[in-house]
Amino acid sequence: MSEKILTAEELAEEIKKRFGVKDITIDKKAVGVKKRERVNLWIKGRREILKDLVKYLMELDYPHLAIISGSDLGSTVELIYHFSIYYGRKYQEIAINFSIELPKNDLTVPTICDLIPGALVTEREKQEMLGIKIEGIPDDRRIFLPEDFPEGVYPWRRDETGPDKMIRDLYEVREDED
Amino acid sequence: MKISYSIPIGPVHPALKEPVMFEFEIEGERIVNVDFKVGHVHRGIEWIGMHRKNPLQILPIAERICGICNISHPFAFCIAVENAAKIDVPDRAQYIRTIIAELERIHSHILWAGVAAHEIGFDSVLYLTWRVREKVLDLLEYLTGNRITKAMFTIGGVRRDITEEQYPKIREALDFYKKSFEKLKHVFLDDKTVKLRSRDCGILTKEDALKLCAVGPTTRASGVKKDVRVDFPYAAYGDLDIDYITPDILTGEVRGDVYDRIVVRLLEVKQSVEIIEQCLDNMPDGEIMFEPKVAKLLALLKKASGDGVGRAEAPRGEVIHYVKMREQDTPYTWKVRAPTYNNLMPWIPMLKGEQIADIPIVAASTDPCLSCTNRVAIVKDGKKEIVTHEYLHKLSVEKTRRLIG
Repeated sequence: MSEKILTAEELAEEIKKRFGVKDITIDKKAVGVKKRERVNLWIKGRREILKDLVKYLMELDYPHLAIISGSDLGSTVELIYHFSIYYGRKYQEIAINFSIELPKNDLTVPTICDLIPGALVTEREKQEMLGIKIEGIPDDRRIFLPEDFPEGVYPWRRDETGPDKMIRDLYEVREDED
Repeated sequence: MKISYSIPIGPVHPALKEPVMFEFEIEGERIVNVDFKVGHVHRGIEWIGMHRKNPLQILPIAERICGICNISHPFAFCIAVENAAKIDVPDRAQYIRTIIAELERIHSHILWAGVAAHEIGFDSVLYLTWRVREKVLDLLEYLTGNRITKAMFTIGGVRRDITEEQYPKIREALDFYKKSFEKLKHVFLDDKTVKLRSRDCGILTKEDALKLCAVGPTTRASGVKKDVRVDFPYAAYGDLDIDYITPDILTGEVRGDVYDRIVVRLLEVKQSVEIIEQCLDNMPDGEIMFEPKVAKLLALLKKASGDGVGRAEAPRGEVIHYVKMREQDTPYTWKVRAPTYNNLMPWIPMLKGEQIADIPIVAASTDPCLSCTNRVAIVKDGKKEIVTHEYLHKLSVEKTRRLIG
């Protein structure tokens, strides 16, 4: 881990240079009477660079993965990895929101559990809620959905694999006979 | 020959927020492996928000994600929407938000301390701490009109002001907590029984805390300096004099055990009192809402487009909400992450190697509201034997008695 702390601008430049990413937005917001700033970096990237980006962040500071959020955008599924680095240094944390879009005919993304073991819970959640496949995930069981939830239905999807039919035809849901 | 048993524990009482089903593999008394399943009360709240509700209608739902963190969720949600819709919150509202959030931390940490005492069979301390907690609930009722769900937050501000006439009552309660702090500190930290059950029990190393993305007092007790209030200024925290609370401040060392988690939470109660005092002393004048007219605010939100992330430090750790706005009534995406979500994995290293009698206190030490484990089933050679939570609690109490002789 390097001692030098990069500013948001330096970090954005470095990521652009190393990974060939073009679309990076630096979102600064000043709050309170003293107008102290907090910095969000929004990066639009590709899944091919995900692991290398995490490795690069690990060179700077151990990245904290808060959550992976996901949206069904029609022809693609978007995943956003919400990382942060430089926590533990007063007011210097940089939040890094790394988004990737996966085409619906190839919903796969490599696991990052080998780098950040704490990513397991959120990766399992993305599998069951969005129907994506996390390649190499150490534990691919469901986590939040019940075991009797039908296969092939993904609650956060907005297409034919979404839960619309289950919600519309609620009368079909019967209690188990046991 | 060693025979290993598998013990499923849970799911917990559905009235509490993070019900978990544990499965322990044990050899004799020792836990050798831990597995968990969550989601027993997954209510699809995010789906309701994404498909049925506008942001103002989501607020009461967000407030009910968790009974105890009922400020943290609307807090993070408001910040996320404000970021996405580029709304500026008036400074006075930021200070009021801070005060309410810190009052919530006081009541939550003291509630936890009582539960922890109960788990090790120290019920007189449970009564003492919960009596101390009443004062902050009374104050919250005085300020907001309700003890638990307070409906204080709105997009772009707060719904009620805190006026000068209310200051004396707030200060009186703060003085009460300053006095009680010494007493609570003595009861929890100097007591032989508490020490015997919590020292070197349920250890989470700093390395594991980092790798497993632990948050809140759980990670700080392992020596990781991570606190959204200090790391990433929001509300009034950027104006205040605050620092990370780690156990070495008091004890000079970090062990990452249950005792250290008690130390961190107690010190944070004191810190919260100081934060509220700073807020009262420096409260700016001005409006408390960005837009008081609901119809106007909704029209503005309907036009908003963009992504927003809101982070707030709840009593249990970082709460993060993500919203995607796409010029429609409802947010296109709403993702909620509560702190216990990240504190699930750290349970595994904490519980491995401990005894069955330690399960209640170690599991409760991350403050997951798991204290209501309603039944335990012991599986042996395919035969299931159900024992009650009372039995598990009895084991824990017996261990305490055994240790104090």
